[in-house]
Amino acid sequence: MKNLTSWAIIGVTLTFLIGPFIIIIFAGASAGEALAFPPDGLSLRWYLKVFTIESFRQSFVLSMGLAIFGTLAALLLGVPAAYALNRYDLPGAETIRTVVASPIIVPGIIVGLALLRYLVIPLNFTVTLALFLAHTALVLPYAVRVVSSSLNNLRSDMEEAAVLLGCTRLQAFTKVVLPNIRGGVLAAFILGFVTSFNQVPVSLFLSGPGVKTLPIDMLAYMEITYDPSVAALSALLAFMSLAIVFVAERLLGFSRYV
Amino acid sequence: MSNKFVSLSNLTLSYGKTVAVPDLNLDVVEGELIALLGPSGCGKTTTMRAIAGLLTPTSGAIAIDGRDVTRVAANKRGIGLVFQSYALFPHLSVFENVAFGLRLQKMPDAEIRTRTEAGIATVGLAGFEARKPADMSGGQQQRLALARSLVMEPKVLLLDEPLSNLDARLRLEMRTELQRVQKKTGVTMVFVTHDQSEALALADRIVLMKDGKIEQLGTPHELYAEPATAFAAEFMGFENIFRVDAGNLVSETGQLPLGFGAKSPMLAWRPSGVQVGHGPFSGRVSASSFAGGHREYVIDTALGQIKADAPIETAEVPLGDNIAFDLPETTARSLSA
Repeated sequence: MKNLTSWAIIGVTLTFLIGPFIIIIFAGASAGEALAFPPDGLSLRWYLKVFTIESFRQSFVLSMGLAIFGTLAALLLGVPAAYALNRYDLPGAETIRTVVASPIIVPGIIVGLALLRYLVIPLNFTVTLALFLAHTALVLPYAVRVVSSSLNNLRSDMEEAAVLLGCTRLQAFTKVVLPNIRGGVLAAFILGFVTSFNQVPVSLFLSGPGVKTLPIDMLAYMEITYDPSVAALSALLAFMSLAIVFVAERLLGFSRYV
Repeated sequence: MSNKFVSLSNLTLSYGKTVAVPDLNLDVVEGELIALLGPSGCGKTTTMRAIAGLLTPTSGAIAIDGRDVTRVAANKRGIGLVFQSYALFPHLSVFENVAFGLRLQKMPDAEIRTRTEAGIATVGLAGFEARKPADMSGGQQQRLALARSLVMEPKVLLLDEPLSNLDARLRLEMRTELQRVQKKTGVTMVFVTHDQSEALALADRIVLMKDGKIEQLGTPHELYAEPATAFAAEFMGFENIFRVDAGNLVSETGQLPLGFGAKSPMLAWRPSGVQVGHGPFSGRVSASSFAGGHREYVIDTALGQIKADAPIETAEVPLGDNIAFDLPETTARSLSA
């Protein structure tokens, strides 16, 4: 009886986790004109149509660019920050950690509105620059956290050993620290990439005329056109995320770092 | 051979406002193996880190081979340090770990190869070149750490608790190994330890430290046979230490009349120096254990607990029974304070 209960709980959980994904895959594969489940017959025409929609192509390129370069920028800031927080007894280290983590703690809507009202409008930033800064800030907490945890596993006497063998502090970092936290840095990149790519609330405020990230563009598209192509695109994106995580897990045991 | 190969003069070391080592003076002879011995917090590791250049002295000077290195950066001092944790580079093979320092010197590849292979062979790791440190045993990792420092031909090799991470068998092996390497290379070695048996077995001279100061400095034999203070005596295994006052031995719990005249303010006996079975005093056996060559008694006396070793041939005195003992003049060690 107890066994049956636990199976039931697992079943319900899995249904809620995987169910929507399955619904989307089939809704996108509909032969009909409207977004519906179960689909009116099966066809791949909506999956193909996705690639012909010009605005999707543009917003996909923008989202890719934001995810890649925003995450790289976050790592450029985050790796040294994590290193400093980890290795030096900084005054107010806890405060710095909290500030760095705040973009995840504060709701995205508020972050987006604040950035728009107090940064983008007064300073007259372009939409692309504003999005880039916002995505960098959003990914930074993940970069600092994940890199911190792999730095924690690296003893500081290794760097001292490198220095005594003739390294400068910088060489000790590049020759000893960096190779040993490579896995953590890659994991942070993937996590940051996925976070940035799927970001909605912040981008909602910062997207402007003609410049939209893919999720925002999909929202806009659905408000006007209620056809299965959005479901098809969602399914494709979900597969893309899955593929990235799968490859990462295979290459470096991603789950160890998250 | 220089008598002041490593010279610490009026060295003061502090962490923030806490002074760990106040005004230390120490000269290390070229080619000797010297041990910094003391309990944790005595400043031995701090002193070693200062010699390595990992800690900047608050005041005072450090000279190595006649050159003042007080302000010389750690990577320019030419000093090797074998860390307690070994601090090997996990992403590099055995060969690359050892070659690491040589590569930084932009040496020709052929020379790097020759010296690295020679270094690996010196510590008996030939054949392991391609392994990663994680695939090696504790003893092998220690040898690797030693080789990595030795190929740099350091003027001074520092070792932080070199034997503490090894099991008893490896400890003995590594002790011999360290002495062999030292004889072969002639490198001056300074090692830090909290284990007096390690220091006694390995060192040419021992620096016993307490609260950042040198308590006593001497050869292992001198420290073992003639500890000067109560602290040194306790560290060297004199477990029964009492004050002398007007012909009596005095402790916090009481006193016993001393059978001989003593000039020093304190006297100490090793457990093996306490005579058991006959003597003017008597106490109650509160613990007794068999230790192979002898039997260890803890005796409740007017002076508190006394530890005494009895020859194994004598009959065992049961727990709770009275036992006669003596604290003889012949085995007493006079202490200054």
